[in-house]
Amino acid sequence: MKTGAKLIMDGLKAEGVKTIFGLPGGAVLDIFAELYHSDFEFILTRHEQGATHMADGYARATGKTGCCIVTSGPGATNAVTGLATAYMDGIPMVCLSGQVPSSMIGNDAFQEADTTGITRAVTKHNYLVHNVDDLPRIIAEAFHIARTGKPGPVLIDIPKDVQRSASNAVRPKNMDYLRGYRPSMDGHPKQVAKLAEAINKAQKPLLYVGGGVIASGAAADLTRLARKAHIPVTTTLLGLGAFPETDPLALRMLGMHGSAAANKAVSECDLLISVGARFDDRVTGKISEFAPHALKAHIDIDPSAIDKSVIIDIPVVGDAARILPLLIPQVKTLKRSGWLNQIKQWQEQYPLAYDTQTTQLLPQYVIEQIYEVTRGNAVIVTEVGQHQMWAAHFFKYTKPRTFISSGGLGTMGFGLPAAIGVQAALRDATVVDIGGDGSTQMNIQELVVAVEHDLPINVVILNNGYLGMVRQWQEMFYKSEYSATHLGGKKAGRGKPPAYLPDFVKIAEAHGALGMRLTQKNEVAPALRKAIRSKRPCVVECIVKENENVYPMVPPGASLTEMIHSMA
Amino acid sequence: MKKHVITASVENHPGVLARIVGIISGRGYNIETLNVAPTQDPQVSRLTMQVPGDERVLEQVTKQLNKMVDVIKVTDLTQKRYLNRELVLVEVNAPSGKRAELIALADVFDARVVSVQKKSLTIQMVAERERVGDFLDLLRPYTIIDVSRSGVIAVARAD
Repeated sequence: MKTGAKLIMDGLKAEGVKTIFGLPGGAVLDIFAELYHSDFEFILTRHEQGATHMADGYARATGKTGCCIVTSGPGATNAVTGLATAYMDGIPMVCLSGQVPSSMIGNDAFQEADTTGITRAVTKHNYLVHNVDDLPRIIAEAFHIARTGKPGPVLIDIPKDVQRSASNAVRPKNMDYLRGYRPSMDGHPKQVAKLAEAINKAQKPLLYVGGGVIASGAAADLTRLARKAHIPVTTTLLGLGAFPETDPLALRMLGMHGSAAANKAVSECDLLISVGARFDDRVTGKISEFAPHALKAHIDIDPSAIDKSVIIDIPVVGDAARILPLLIPQVKTLKRSGWLNQIKQWQEQYPLAYDTQTTQLLPQYVIEQIYEVTRGNAVIVTEVGQHQMWAAHFFKYTKPRTFISSGGLGTMGFGLPAAIGVQAALRDATVVDIGGDGSTQMNIQELVVAVEHDLPINVVILNNGYLGMVRQWQEMFYKSEYSATHLGGKKAGRGKPPAYLPDFVKIAEAHGALGMRLTQKNEVAPALRKAIRSKRPCVVECIVKENENVYPMVPPGASLTEMIHSMA
Repeated sequence: MKKHVITASVENHPGVLARIVGIISGRGYNIETLNVAPTQDPQVSRLTMQVPGDERVLEQVTKQLNKMVDVIKVTDLTQKRYLNRELVLVEVNAPSGKRAELIALADVFDARVVSVQKKSLTIQMVAERERVGDFLDLLRPYTIIDVSRSGVIAVARAD
């Protein structure tokens, strides 16, 4: 007989878990008592949201299932944002939460929350364990569900008495009994043939690639397809790295802050082949004018993604890594020189650009320097906002799992803890978290964790003293009335205002990390080199121009052809 | 908006109903009727619901329901040939002068008086949902004291 807590340890081990992120509390004391005697690497976070983003970053960097443990009540509610972030982006994660003893559930017990109720809409599946005999089965199912099909987070809520009671139950041998959960993996051969025929007929085809290609491990196949059939490629934010952006066929990102070349190609193409992307509103702009001349094909493992916002002519439901190898032999190598020349012309006419002549320190310059200093050999993690878009524009991604960002939910506070999760998985990688001053403050307490575990993340803060993206929208669409977006300046009250609010260098030092503040262009490269060479967690704060905007921009609800290239 | 009749075979686990209802109510749609009961397999329950909604949105909802781990199969019967029935128990005000009239009316609808009280009758009726509605409309002038409807249940018809 083993206790529930021991069965949990055995279950996690059997699933190949090595690193666990989390924070203990009353309702998980029994699990932590077992953890004390186990050989998992446990990373103690300072807030449960940090634990979920770390598990998420770990999963995005490796493709493995991230794992975290939180206590009942506030522990679980703090984890909700992290679960929602992973759910929106299809990231495999298993979160174990403690629950008050079964006999007290529903009685408003201390630190009680209806965790399965609260997390139902932000998890792929969740469980409340009623009986210790079910634990081995539920743990095995949770990992199976988290990592197969369209991946996603699964939560297991475990009452304290279940952790303490004993059982002889064992893991099921396979998951064949899950009759309600059979993800379709293989694309229908007829649909694949139909798609091949459409590609062979198309004059102006375009690949529109999302995070699904990375999740499926199909990036190499996608690159083969594009190069064989001479099809230009645009990616979503989460698709960055699925196709080398150094390739002449790469159009970079599309959508609201997409490159002009990508958005023009979408609007002109006669065949749009979406692979592992979901026609998000930030990508499509005005739906009725999205890819108006194109026959639309959609390869996706999630049947509910098909026809969700855009009606699809050729759906192929299944795993891209299985479908592309069937498709590639059926497509012809066509020159498409007219189309490719047009693409080249757009790329030359509308490069992603900024003012390189100014002496002022611009955020885009910092990101280009990160690319130069690392020679593109780094894992870039971002927070959410303007810096995220600049990180997408001015670093060239060539490999999958090297751009890690909260796309769907747009979670500020994601980057710093996610970077810790990435570094925990990839000890030797250069990990650079690019953040703004707003979002970096949202989970800054986790910096201590990087120091404690010798995880030498580089946190580059592009400090413009504003919630920059919101400020940009206020400038463009709200008469420049900067309501509640100014940060870092004391405007009223007693005493002399501090020079920097907050002082990120002092914050770094207080957490045991190295802190630097840069204000000049020529300081950037040396500081980045110093940070990376230090092999210590570093905060590099760059005081950048306050009112720099992200361009191009398609205004919300407008068509992709209505790009704004600058305010001037 | 067209009324859709959606049926689902689901694992008989706690939380399944909440999950399904959550997907539908999250779209701002109201479930008009809902019926859940076990099937020939005690592990599987069958759920039938009537939901008014936009065709495309409900197609999306059906796909999302199908994706759920505890949902074995979902069908929007509105796109098929199907049979539907609803059971109603209705207590209607019936002073002695009106009783014969009410019993005759029930007869016309193949409804049955199942209980007779001093001042009221309780009538049971099983019929297609429209017919149940028609019958209740005709009872209304007599004053309905209480009514309980089972909600629609439905099965697809083979060709």
